[in-house]
Amino acid sequence: MNNTFYGKLIFELSKEGRKGYSLPENKLAEYKLNDLPAALMRQEPPCLPEVDEMTVVRHYTNMSNNNFGVDTGFYPLGSCTMKYNPKINEQMCAKPEFTQLHPLQAEADIQGALAVYYNLQRSLAELSGLKEFTLNPYAGAHGELTGLMVMRSYHLDNGNPNRVKVIIPDSAHGTNPASAAVCGLEVVVVKSRPDGTVDVEDLKPLLDENVAGMMMTNPNTLGIFEHNIAEIAKLVHEAGGLMYYDGANLNPMLGKCRPGDLGFDIMHINLHKTFSTPHGGGGPGSGPVGVREGLEKFLPNPRVIREQLTDDIYYYHIEDGEDSLGSISGFLGNFGVMMRAYAYILTLGKDEIKNVGPLAVLNANYVKESLKDYYELPLDGVCKHEFVFDGLKDKSTGVTTLDVAKRLLDYGFHAPTIYFPLLFHEAMMIEPPENESKETLDEFIEVMKKIAIEAKENPELVKTAPHNTPVRRLDDTKAALKQIVTYRELLSVDEL
Amino acid sequence: MSKIIDGLYYSESHEFVKVEGDFGYVGITDYAQHELGNVVYVDMPEVDDEVEAGEDFGAVESVKAASDLVSPVSGTVVEVNEALEDEPGLINKDAFENWIIKVELSDKSELDNLMDAAAYKEFIGE
Repeated sequence: MNNTFYGKLIFELSKEGRKGYSLPENKLAEYKLNDLPAALMRQEPPCLPEVDEMTVVRHYTNMSNNNFGVDTGFYPLGSCTMKYNPKINEQMCAKPEFTQLHPLQAEADIQGALAVYYNLQRSLAELSGLKEFTLNPYAGAHGELTGLMVMRSYHLDNGNPNRVKVIIPDSAHGTNPASAAVCGLEVVVVKSRPDGTVDVEDLKPLLDENVAGMMMTNPNTLGIFEHNIAEIAKLVHEAGGLMYYDGANLNPMLGKCRPGDLGFDIMHINLHKTFSTPHGGGGPGSGPVGVREGLEKFLPNPRVIREQLTDDIYYYHIEDGEDSLGSISGFLGNFGVMMRAYAYILTLGKDEIKNVGPLAVLNANYVKESLKDYYELPLDGVCKHEFVFDGLKDKSTGVTTLDVAKRLLDYGFHAPTIYFPLLFHEAMMIEPPENESKETLDEFIEVMKKIAIEAKENPELVKTAPHNTPVRRLDDTKAALKQIVTYRELLSVDEL
Repeated sequence: MSKIIDGLYYSESHEFVKVEGDFGYVGITDYAQHELGNVVYVDMPEVDDEVEAGEDFGAVESVKAASDLVSPVSGTVVEVNEALEDEPGLINKDAFENWIIKVELSDKSELDNLMDAAAYKEFIGE
């Protein structure tokens, strides 16, 4: 890594009157702007940069060089499955046959796209052991909300409007209680046992006639498989509740174990985690929701239904179901993301996809075992796709998890998830996905060991890291308290 | 080493109560502010709201995490520390001085369920 930092704003490159375009003759020159109602007239010109094309290209190329992405290096981000986005996915979804479609086009003209939607639904249903899927939700948390709305619709349909309690483990992703609250449900927290799994004895008294269901991530956010899942599902079902599976950690299960077979009734999948579509700022998300038999009528509108015309010719319909909870998206969701996930599934095929889970688990355990003499491992034993260290083993020099994370940047690795889950004070959550090679993992392990030694021998070096990145330690507090998101705001600030 | 003040009552979720007559000043401990890191927002109840021992009454947001505030006592909020609205970082400067709410205690026997300074010191392992 080098020290050069390109830190200009596009506005700072602006020169009045400079432009990188030429417009055709204005055919509306006669139009009198003053005829517009005053309320629609802009009072002052917009604050836009005036730059030529080459300057724009150089600016953004230099900016992108400051970036760290999964195409530049290893991302050990736990609970997020930051896996590589294969380029064939991009090629497939960039095909004009898909990009040139319009959402209002007639059903008969978009049969290919509908076939992709339908087939992806079926693939996800097969991989998860559930009956039907909707691909409409725009992201994971949107999928959670949709899934909970299915849960709510089910109880209302059964004449149980009082079933509003959603049980959520204390190790859960923060989105679970947030989605439940947005859905108007009441959150009840169930405790974890010392081994990190749900405390079944703590769960039992919570199961009353007001329970709507329970949300679980399995393996949980500590990377531990909830081995009591069969009993938990039985207890929740006996109490009249439904089991919700948070698909954030589906990756280690892929091809080996299906949520539907574990007793889950509803789930969402984050296509940007398990199915290799771009993550976070990398692009729009997609959070398909699957349900077991009996719940499919509640899925959101519109649905894609297949009709068999001849032996091998099908016709796809876009339909609205009568008992549906309604629409949760415009049209059929983020199609480009679906296309990428579908490409991923077909690239791997039925045989290869079975290796995803086992290889992810092997990689995580390899890194965990290699580092446990240097970092505090609060939960020993075999993990699934991720594991948590509770900071350095030797904390005597005062080097924290934050310091280790910052120092990793100096060595060209992205930092892992830190200070989550909240069960451990110095949590550092590491997840190497299945496609990282042993060589990459070995490099990461060596660097982590090196940092642990530095923390002991030269703690200041680690506490003041990063040293080689374009920017050093940022003032998080100031950034949170004094947000400046537009150039106009920046101009009005006296001092930063 | 976190600061702990004798004569205050402490909860397992790291709130303190400073009792003056029928009133209690509730805030988070020095240990809690240290664990949270720089506080950027304090979500407080309003005057006249009822708080109940063991129930949430607000939240503290730091650069690291958002944590619920759990009331160690029951009663009516008679005052909130408005200075925290503009400068939430005061909690980091002095957590005990910058209490969050002042409560008219409805059941002083609840204080018996809380820890004293020595017990809290042991609880946080210092």
